[in-house]
Amino acid sequence: MKVLVTVKEVAEADDDFAIEGTDIAESDLEYDLNEWDDYAVEAAVQLAEAGIADEVVTVTIGPERADETIRMALAKGADRAVRVWDDAFEGGFADVAAKVSTIEAVVEAEDPDLVLGGVQAADTGFGATGVALAERIGFEHAAVVNDLEVDADADVAHVHRELEGGVEELTDVDLPAVLTVQTGLNEPRYASLRGIRQAQRKEIDAKDLADLGLTAEDVESALAITSMYEPESESDAEIIEGGASETAGRLAEVLRDKGVGA
Amino acid sequence: MSDVLVVSEHRRGELRDASYEAITAGRELADARGGDLHVAVIGGDVDRFAEDLNREGVDAIHVVDDGEEFDHNVYQAAIAALLDRTDAGTVVAPNSVNGLDYAPAVAEDRSLPLVTDAIGFEYDGGLTVTREMYGSKVETTVDVDGDRHVLTVRGGEWAPAEGVGDAAIESVDVDLLESGARVTGFEEVGGGDVDIADADVLVSVGRGIEEEENLELVEELADALGATLSASRPIVDNGWLPKNRQVGQSGKVVTPDVYIAVGISGAVQHVAGMKGSDTIIAINTDPNAPIFDIADYGIVGDLFEVVPELVDEFA
Ligand SMILES: Cc1cc2nc3c(=O)[nH]c(=O)nc-3n(C[C@H](O)[C@H](O)[C@H](O)COP(=O)(O)OP(=O)(O)OC[C@H]3O[C@@H](n4cnc5c(N)ncnc54)[C@H](O)[C@@H]3O)c2cc1C
Ligand SMILES: Nc1ncnc2c1ncn2[C@@H]1O[C@H](COP(=O)(O)O)[C@@H](O)[C@H]1O
Repeated sequence: MKVLVTVKEVAEADDDFAIEGTDIAESDLEYDLNEWDDYAVEAAVQLAEAGIADEVVTVTIGPERADETIRMALAKGADRAVRVWDDAFEGGFADVAAKVSTIEAVVEAEDPDLVLGGVQAADTGFGATGVALAERIGFEHAAVVNDLEVDADADVAHVHRELEGGVEELTDVDLPAVLTVQTGLNEPRYASLRGIRQAQRKEIDAKDLADLGLTAEDVESALAITSMYEPESESDAEIIEGGASETAGRLAEVLRDKGVGA
Repeated sequence: MSDVLVVSEHRRGELRDASYEAITAGRELADARGGDLHVAVIGGDVDRFAEDLNREGVDAIHVVDDGEEFDHNVYQAAIAALLDRTDAGTVVAPNSVNGLDYAPAVAEDRSLPLVTDAIGFEYDGGLTVTREMYGSKVETTVDVDGDRHVLTVRGGEWAPAEGVGDAAIESVDVDLLESGARVTGFEEVGGGDVDIADADVLVSVGRGIEEEENLELVEELADALGATLSASRPIVDNGWLPKNRQVGQSGKVVTPDVYIAVGISGAVQHVAGMKGSDTIIAINTDPNAPIFDIADYGIVGDLFEVVPELVDEFA
């Protein structure tokens, strides 16, 4: 069985950041592997270790910079990676359908039995790519999976979907399927030194749209970000100023006033 | 095309609040577009649900009597059928775990632009959606192409619809294909040693604590204050505290007198579980952390410096 893992490099804003145009200034962003995708990679690698998956391939839509993040996934045990980038993505905001068109082409080339992705990307938070992809490629799907058992003989995944309020839905999903992975599904490993060394030799196959038989039109986005701003705080919070002991002293007063710890 | 179709949500015999909020959002959009508001009731105790959902501003309720619980296969087929039958251009669904299990598929199936987790929108010949990015540190406005869309709306952003409407209620038959995903049951998680929902004072710890060993620090604070210890999700995901200590959308909803958030950023799924607390206190190094937006008192500072001092105050 082959597992394809969608992996995104996400950006996190520094404590101090400036907005330039419709995005946060590049210099105020730190990049990392999306937390949810880290759990998806771990799930795939565990399937390989259990002898259920023969190969784990990652796919990323992202610029060359993302190679560093992709290497982390390779160091944790993914076998190889595909990274797609194209001028067509530059500057715009790819909507879910544009990403799905791109990943669809990779699915056609790779022919996986199971696709794992994250519930959401931490930076843009759409929470939609996996389910939309499943619909496009005709796979079954389940969103927000926090427990996974693959029965390869029966071609079925037994999953829990984590609903609101501490309730889990138990679902059987026929393969091939796309599952979106929730944090807590497993314990993502740290990359070992050996893993990191091996990752250097693993292949990151960089492709553009033409390589996938796509054109810029196929990834045209229906969405455009027209402004970005810091939300006006509706809070009238008292911000306690000063050093640690000063602020702790004032907070202690507040707490005692409320009868806490008195 | 100017009509709006709202999809309601229920679980285990109860309509969820998100349904009434989505009706308000849907009505707002239908007003802006000069269209009617349709509400879909799919599965469960459909007649009772239809009656409850018949709130002011609802023009038509479509009932699809298939199955007891949520099944995305049924939802997708039912919404597709309703888009064919009605004049609805836009689907409005809750941005819930189940909403995200069908709305992206509906958008994909119909080749409609999809915007999830909306916190506001405007319609002025075209749709512009307000949503957050970068862990709620910024807001963006997003222009959406075309006249038809799928939109999911964040919980708690629109008031629940009230009043009694005079919607026509009609039953719709939907052809279902066999589904390759079958719900076999539900499981309650939680239980355990304490119920954090009972506590008057909660000291709640987040990823800012960095290491499991450091939990001792917040435990000391909780002890000194006679408080109960709770946590954000990553602490529980890491296995540092049991699931019954998790505050938030997928954990517990708590409403203590005092909630002290230590090293918690205030992600929307966390805030959903604690915003009803009487007094919210936040200790965080990042002045832009969204937790400060809902706090009553805030210390912009390092928890490793502030918490020990605070423990000393009560020693
Ligand atoms: C479907 C779904 C359901 C979810 N359900 C829940 C839920 O029930 N509960 C929940 O909590 N989350 C939930 N989440 C996860 C949520 O989106 C966030 O990822 C999570 O709440 C972040 O936890 P955090 O604030 O502890 O960590 P972070 O967001 O990483 O924040 C850590 C904070 O600590 C601060 N910090 C760092 N160092 C220090 C220091 N030395 N002193 C003081 N402050 C410091 C940082 O500035 C930062 O603000 C859910 C997500 C999804 C998609
Ligand atoms: N640019 C991307 N490249 C690869 N995978 C992605 C990309 N964007 C989103 N995904 C996948 O889709 C999941 C959900 O993302 P989103 O729908 O954007 O919130 C992520 O956790 C990834 O697994």
